[in-house]
Amino acid sequence: MPVVENTILICAGGACISAGEKSVKETLEEKLQEYSLENVIKVVETGCMGACDLGPIMVIYPEGVFYQKVEPKDVSKIVEEHLLKGRVVNDLLYKGDKGDLTIKPQENIPFFTEQVKIATRNLGVIDPLSIEEYIARDGYFALRKVLLEMTPEAVIEELKKSELRGRGGAGFPTYMKWTLARNSESDTKYVICNADEGDPGAFMDRAVLEGDPHAIVEAMTIAAYVIGAEKGFVYCRAEYPLAIERLTIAINKAKEYGLLGNNIMDTGFSFDLEIRIGAGAFVCGEETALINSIEGKRGVPRLKPPYPSDKGLWGKPTLNNNVETYANIAPIIRNGGEWFAQYGVEGARGTKVFALAGKVKNTGLVEVPFGTSLRKLVFEIGGGIPNGKKMKAVQTGGPSGGCIPMEYIDTPITYDNLKSLGAIVGSGGLIIMDEDDCMVDVAKFFLEFTVEESCGQCTPCREGTKQMHEIMKKITSGEGEMEDLDKLKELGQYIMDTSLCGLGQTAPQPVISTMKYFWEEYLAHIDEKKCPAKRCKALTRVVIDKEKCVGCTACARVCPVNCISGEVRKPHEIDPDICTRCGSCITVCRFNAIDKVSP
Amino acid sequence: MAKIKSLEDLMKIKDDAVKNLKLRETGKRGKIVVAMGTCGIAAGAKDTFKAVVEELSDKDIDDISVVQSGCFGLCDAEPTIEVKLEGSEPIVYGHVTPEQAKRIINQHIVNGKVVGDLIIKRGEL
Repeated sequence: MPVVENTILICAGGACISAGEKSVKETLEEKLQEYSLENVIKVVETGCMGACDLGPIMVIYPEGVFYQKVEPKDVSKIVEEHLLKGRVVNDLLYKGDKGDLTIKPQENIPFFTEQVKIATRNLGVIDPLSIEEYIARDGYFALRKVLLEMTPEAVIEELKKSELRGRGGAGFPTYMKWTLARNSESDTKYVICNADEGDPGAFMDRAVLEGDPHAIVEAMTIAAYVIGAEKGFVYCRAEYPLAIERLTIAINKAKEYGLLGNNIMDTGFSFDLEIRIGAGAFVCGEETALINSIEGKRGVPRLKPPYPSDKGLWGKPTLNNNVETYANIAPIIRNGGEWFAQYGVEGARGTKVFALAGKVKNTGLVEVPFGTSLRKLVFEIGGGIPNGKKMKAVQTGGPSGGCIPMEYIDTPITYDNLKSLGAIVGSGGLIIMDEDDCMVDVAKFFLEFTVEESCGQCTPCREGTKQMHEIMKKITSGEGEMEDLDKLKELGQYIMDTSLCGLGQTAPQPVISTMKYFWEEYLAHIDEKKCPAKRCKALTRVVIDKEKCVGCTACARVCPVNCISGEVRKPHEIDPDICTRCGSCITVCRFNAIDKVSP
Repeated sequence: MAKIKSLEDLMKIKDDAVKNLKLRETGKRGKIVVAMGTCGIAAGAKDTFKAVVEELSDKDIDDISVVQSGCFGLCDAEPTIEVKLEGSEPIVYGHVTPEQAKRIINQHIVNGKVVGDLIIKRGEL
């Protein structure tokens, strides 16, 4: 048995992979061979560690030193300095606000210390390809307990005590869903995992599947035992190839170990699991559209009732939960429902994984107890707004959600609190916006998304969102009229009242909520033909101050569309018809001569 | 792999895997540091290193880690290795050929007896 001196954990979550994790790992392996260290240093790829903006991340044990933003060129330094000579490479350490270096940020910066990891307990800790490491962290012990010691009713009782609610968006009590599916009489039943994560900005389900696939296999097997199903499907979108790959490996491993398939753990209970790959239509995250898609039909929602718990997949009772919901099941069984319910607050127990994105210093995945305030999430854990800007709003819940302005920043996050503010917890996407973001433009963006993703079955959703989008385009291009605002409200109400599924019922939310909190911005676009955030292209100009411009030509050279003209050492000029307002010239000008203006 | 049929099966896998996971974070019984500066490598430290790793693995010793280091400053005595066992003072051995390395492992690591004729230094470097 080779003697392992150091174990290097490399985060192989999606974000780190895009940041270049694969070439870092390759270079590392080459370097280790060069120094004949390949047998004494173990390299393990883990799931997402959460701090995505610091990627690629490398943690070296036994010391636990955390290196961030590691590039292939840094690898030789790590090998030669750290591994061979035992010296920490300072350049690659996490730097605090004041430039202070931290060897183990996971132990002393709020981004890591304020988290309570239940659903993401194994992310960044274990090798997702190793069933042994999952078992080492108590994996499959919940399944064993359920199969050998618990009745289905007892499992449901624990879920009831835990007060776990669906993490996919609607927040329906999980124990109730399981009870309904269990009580439906049928010889065949199905269990589904909804891994069709579609909200722009949300990626916790992908991280769980990529980093801890066995958690889903175990939880779905428990669910199957409870409701009496023998077959399950994980519906995962095709854009998540790594999640599919690792889940496939996990399913095969579990079968090999007798933890899935026929006669699980010799108890006589059998359950088989299959992955179905979705084509990435947003509407297929809606459970009945998802069911249609698994059946091989077009992914359009069905009329409810009958609910899937009565007539779901192929007309049989079906239990459908989201990835994050499943990820909470095994810990609840192992530790009891009351243990889980100690976290969170009334009406929202346990923890929730949030994807922090947008104008915030620490972007990435964080898991915090419900009841944590938005302020804590954005300013402590998220590290605040970069570049000294002011926060304007937090967008939650993606295209079905809404914007929460700064004045409500102290609101504790619960399903009900966010709902009363006109937003939703949704799947947990949090996009933070600062003073440079135009709320009208943001609402237009989300609407554009729903227009694209509407399945077209219901006229109000298909045509209504399209018309709302036209009006939004009109407003952002400076041609809006006051009556457009009334039309938006009226149309929005119709769409919400008369659409069949959640997509249409919530599609107008981004517009409605921004109108509620940022009415003046809408007025500025219409009355003054002005975009206060200087974001809307038609209402903004990039201009060069002739007094300050020295004619250095730096701006003209960087302009991607060649819209800046002028002789050397003479003031330059921008052609507004060609200019895309990209702002590259503003960044490059050393004389502060260029600025965006909105008339 | 045999199928898991009982709590014992599951516990066994867990115990083994936990041991491996723990090794990541906690230290071991001790370690052997092989000096691999240019001088050491020129004197044959690579072969010594290999012999150390192989002998440990042959004897199924998994609680001793092997590390490379730079030059100790004892270029004259290369290849040198330092044996650090939990609770006892570190010993530096000099002129360690692959054969001597095996001897050190059997006598010092396995039986706890210092190999007198090879010692060039006792105590921390």
